[in-house]
This record gives sequence, structure tokens and C-alpha cells, in this order.
Amino acid sequence: MKEKVVPRKRKITGARVGRWLWSIVRGVIVVGICFTILQPLIMKFCVSFMGERDLYDASVKYVPKNFTLNNFKLALSGMEYFTTLIRTMLLAAAVSFVQLVSCLLTAYGFARFRFPFKKLLFACVIFTLVVPPQVIMLPLFMRYRFFDVFGIIEASTGSTVNLLDTYWPFFIQAFTTMGIRNGLYIYMLRQFFKGMPKELEEAAYVDGCGKLRTFAQIMVPSATSMMVTVFLFGFVWQWTDSFYTSLYLNKTKVMSTALSSLAVNVYSQYEGFGGTMSFISPGFVSMINNTGTVLTIIPLIILYIFCQKSFVEGIERSGIVG
Amino acid sequence: MYYFKKRNRKWSLTMAGKESVAGILFVMPFLIGFFFIFLPLIAESLRYSFSDMEVSAGGYTLTRTSDNGLGNYIRAVAIDPDFNLMLLTNLVQMVAQVPLVLIFSFFAANLLNQNFHGRTAARSILFLPVIVSSGVIVALESSDLLVATMNTTSDLSGGELASFLNVAGFLTEYTSLPASVVGALSSAVNGLYDIVIASGVQILIFLAGLQSISPSLYEASSMEGATQWESFWKITLPMVSPLILVNSVYTVIDLFTNENNEMMQEIKTTIFTEIEYGYGSAMAWIYFVCIALLLILVGGIVSRYVFYYDER
Repeated sequence: MKEKVVPRKRKITGARVGRWLWSIVRGVIVVGICFTILQPLIMKFCVSFMGERDLYDASVKYVPKNFTLNNFKLALSGMEYFTTLIRTMLLAAAVSFVQLVSCLLTAYGFARFRFPFKKLLFACVIFTLVVPPQVIMLPLFMRYRFFDVFGIIEASTGSTVNLLDTYWPFFIQAFTTMGIRNGLYIYMLRQFFKGMPKELEEAAYVDGCGKLRTFAQIMVPSATSMMVTVFLFGFVWQWTDSFYTSLYLNKTKVMSTALSSLAVNVYSQYEGFGGTMSFISPGFVSMINNTGTVLTIIPLIILYIFCQKSFVEGIERSGIVG
Repeated sequence: MYYFKKRNRKWSLTMAGKESVAGILFVMPFLIGFFFIFLPLIAESLRYSFSDMEVSAGGYTLTRTSDNGLGNYIRAVAIDPDFNLMLLTNLVQMVAQVPLVLIFSFFAANLLNQNFHGRTAARSILFLPVIVSSGVIVALESSDLLVATMNTTSDLSGGELASFLNVAGFLTEYTSLPASVVGALSSAVNGLYDIVIASGVQILIFLAGLQSISPSLYEASSMEGATQWESFWKITLPMVSPLILVNSVYTVIDLFTNENNEMMQEIKTTIFTEIEYGYGSAMAWIYFVCIALLLILVGGIVSRYVFYYDER
């Protein structure tokens, strides 16, 4: 039997023309927005391959004339890149995991239970977000320089503990939901839990499931998409944060502090090789900084691509539940 | 008592009592953090703002300022010639930007929620600002003068885009909008890059909200003969309205506590470059009170229109 393929005649209707037009307009808008975002990144990437001469050359925009990998060599050694990378990765992952757990618990408490002063306490969550970090910078420093719990440590050992240059401050802040923008995570997760149908938990309670177990086995798995989002945020902001890291860590280098001191470091190395510069040339600084920024962003983008996948999956799964 | 009851001469918890105990246990991490870490820090900082600090080798000493300790505040509001002006312009600028960011991010999220080729790629790119424009990277970017000058000569930066499209001229020529509206609109077009960069998180939040709306709602409404336009207003908007509240709160906070913000930089230089911790703290506190008032206002207005699917 031979099947004859009859091409269906497509009528040009108003609706179809409208759809075409819309998809063209949509394409233009999407490409435009993407370009706006990508342009500075492409710029950085290009500059990191340029020789210093190219920066002052008005005819060079994106494609370098003096292609060089020297910037990367300098930046890699100046940041002690690979040790810093692993250290930062472990720190950021651990911190964002801890704060994810504590924020989940807190958010669920605010979303589903009634208890006295709930509204006031939730206003306090927002309050922690709004206070500019500069306000509490010095007290925070003092707190961890002379760390003590109700004077117990001083009474038993005779002196307070210096927690600076250890990772404890990060974890204490993360566990007590006082880390970077944790109020936002609580808010997001609470909003998510509030939107979940209550019948799910009621069914679990009827079947004899306790409150904590209901939370762990029913609510948490369905919040995967939000959890990935919160984890990603926590990781990225910990990664790029130079405010708290430079406050807590003096000698230990992590990515953000390495990046901010990169130009000065590389410059001193440069002098050590016998080169002389009477001042740090702005072109050199800009070049090295851009290279360092590219190096800092690359791991984040890789992580982001992975999370993007599970993010979409999580959303699809939560669609079935809700 | 509401939370306790007496049974067989013993006090025990009622259902409501048990529920509130469980709730308090769940929010325990926050309670510990807030009352034992955050509040003491805040109190300390307030104390600084009421005093002059002198840092010496051995530590620091605090002395109370004039006017019953209000000296720093009076200096900021009544004596410093720049502070009031800076605060006001900053507030006005930010308030104008908040709705733009919200509208843009909602629009972008709706766009990304549709089906088209390369949607995943477009999504990934639109969320990039979350990663790229944070912390130390932004600080380096803003100090990078050389690349900034290279950029202004090449790409569509503010001024050039305006002259290219000439938004203001077009609007005054062909529409009868008042001049102030035209000004606001054309400055919005010029600040497009800032808006796009500032709305990464908001797009993400909106998109997650849009995706969690059950498709059966749309199916049911289209069975009943609703058009897409109607189902947008009757389903999409109410269902994401809690997230509009989240996003407006977040946008206000993000714009105001951004390190690149003029006011924040002023506070930073006052504290760290001029080493006037007391005065800087006072400035920060005044600024903070303004943000708090604004947040209450925005939250109050928006939360009137919020619809919760499962009210509790």
C-alpha cells in the first residue's frame, strides 16, 4: 500500500499572522535583553586576552591585536587559584547548605503554625534584611574577636575565644539564619509553603505522621525547586561576598578577597621579577581585574548550568504535586 | 488560659497550645539568631550612633555627643549641607525604579514561560545578573574606568540609545502626555540596563510562581470559554499576587541596600575613610528608618490586593 502524502493547504488567517508577528517581536525582545546582559561579560572575556597595548588602542574593541595568555598566568598565580577555588567551594557549599536547612525550618514554622507574636516575629525577619550591613559591621567584628556565650567560656578558661580567621563565624551566622540575606530565603520559602495545599499535611496527620516527619517527608521533597533556588543564591552570594569574608578572614584567602587584592599582589610580583613600575598603570589593573573576574565567574556559571537543569525538573515535579 | 487546659487536676496543652509549641520549635533557629546575635549588635550600633568614638591602639573609647547624645543626628539633618539633598534624591530615584523593575520582571517571566525555540538558553541568560552582578564583582566593575570609557564609545549605553531612538522627542511629538510622564518614560528607557541587571532574582521568583500554577485551572477556564486575556487577569495575576508582594519588598530592599548606591557609599566612606563611626552610624540609622517607612507603605498597599489560594 502506498500512502499518498497530500500537503494540507494552510490558509493565511488573521490569527496566524498575529502569531507570526508576535513570535518575531518576542524574538527581538529576547535577543535584545540577552545582548544587554551578555555584552559586559563578553567585554570582560575579550579584555582578559588582550595585551596592555590594546587597551589604549582605539581601533581595538573586542578582538585583541596582541593575543596573550599572560594575564591568565599572572592571575592564576596571583590568586593561588586552585587552592583558593577548592577552599571557597567547600566553604560556600557548606554554608549555603546549613542556612538552607535552618531557613527551611523557620519558613515552615512561619507558614503553617499559629503561635503568639507570630506577626511581630515575622516583621523581625524582614527587619534583619533591611538593616544596612555597614551598621552592624564593627559590633560584628568585636563579637567574633572576643567570642563568648553568656560569659561561660571566660569563666571556665579565663579568656574569650578569638574566632576570626576560622570558619566558625560563617557557620554560627548560617545556623541562626543570620547569614547573607537569609531573611529573603525565609520569606521566599514561607510564601512557597503557604501556597501548598493544606490537605497534603492533613492527610499525613490522619495517617499518624508526626509534625517533624510530615515536614521532612512531605513538605521538603515538594519544595525542591525552591530549595535549589535558595541553595544557588546562597552559594553565589557567599562566593562573591567580600564584605563578611574580609571581616572574618584575614589570612585565609577565599575567592572574593583574593580577587579584590589581586591587582596589588600581581603588581608586587611583577616588581619581584626585576621589572620596574613607578605606579600601577590603570590599564594593567583593569586587565588583571577583568581576568580575575572571568576566573571567578567561570565556576559559578558551570554550577549554574547544572542547577538550571534540576531547577526546571524541580518545577515540573512540583507542578504535579500542586 | 487559651493554650492550656486543666484535666484530672493537671495542666496540659490544648490543641492550639501544642501547635504553638511546635511552631516555636520550628522557628527556633531564627529566634536564637535574632535575640542573641542580631539584637545585641543592633543595640551596640545604636549606642555608637549616640556617641563619638575614638580609636586608639588599645581599643576604643566612647564619649557621649552633645545635645543629650543626639549630636550626630542633628549634624546629619541640620548641619551637613549634602546629607538631606542626597537622601531625598536617592529616595526619589529608587521609588521611581521599583515599579519599573517589577513590571519588567513580570513581563520577562511571562515571556520566558511561553514556548519558543531557545527558551532554556534565554532563561539561563536572563538569570545571569544574579550571579554576575553581586558583591565584589560589581565593586570591581564600577572602579574599572578604562573599560567603562571603552564601553561608552562602542555600545548602546544610555545617552546613545536615547539619541538613537529619541524617545522623549517622539513622545512629545506624537502623544499628548504631560512633560513629567515623558521624562520618566525616557529615563526608564535610558536606564534599561540597570533595570535588567536589577531584576534577575525577581524574574526567577515570578517564573517559579507561574510554573506552579496548575494547568488544570487554565484548562477549566478555556472549557468555559475564557480567552487568554481573561485567564491572564482572572487566573495568572491572582495566583502570582503573593509573589508580587515578595518581589516588591525584595526590590525595595535590594535597590536600597545595594553597595553601589550613592547613599551606601557615602555611609561607607564616612565610616571607613573618614573614620567617623558614630556619625556614619547615625546616617545609616536615618537612612534605615526611611527604608523601613517605605517598606511598610509598599507592603501595606500591595498586600491589600494579594490573594492566597489556601488562606491561613
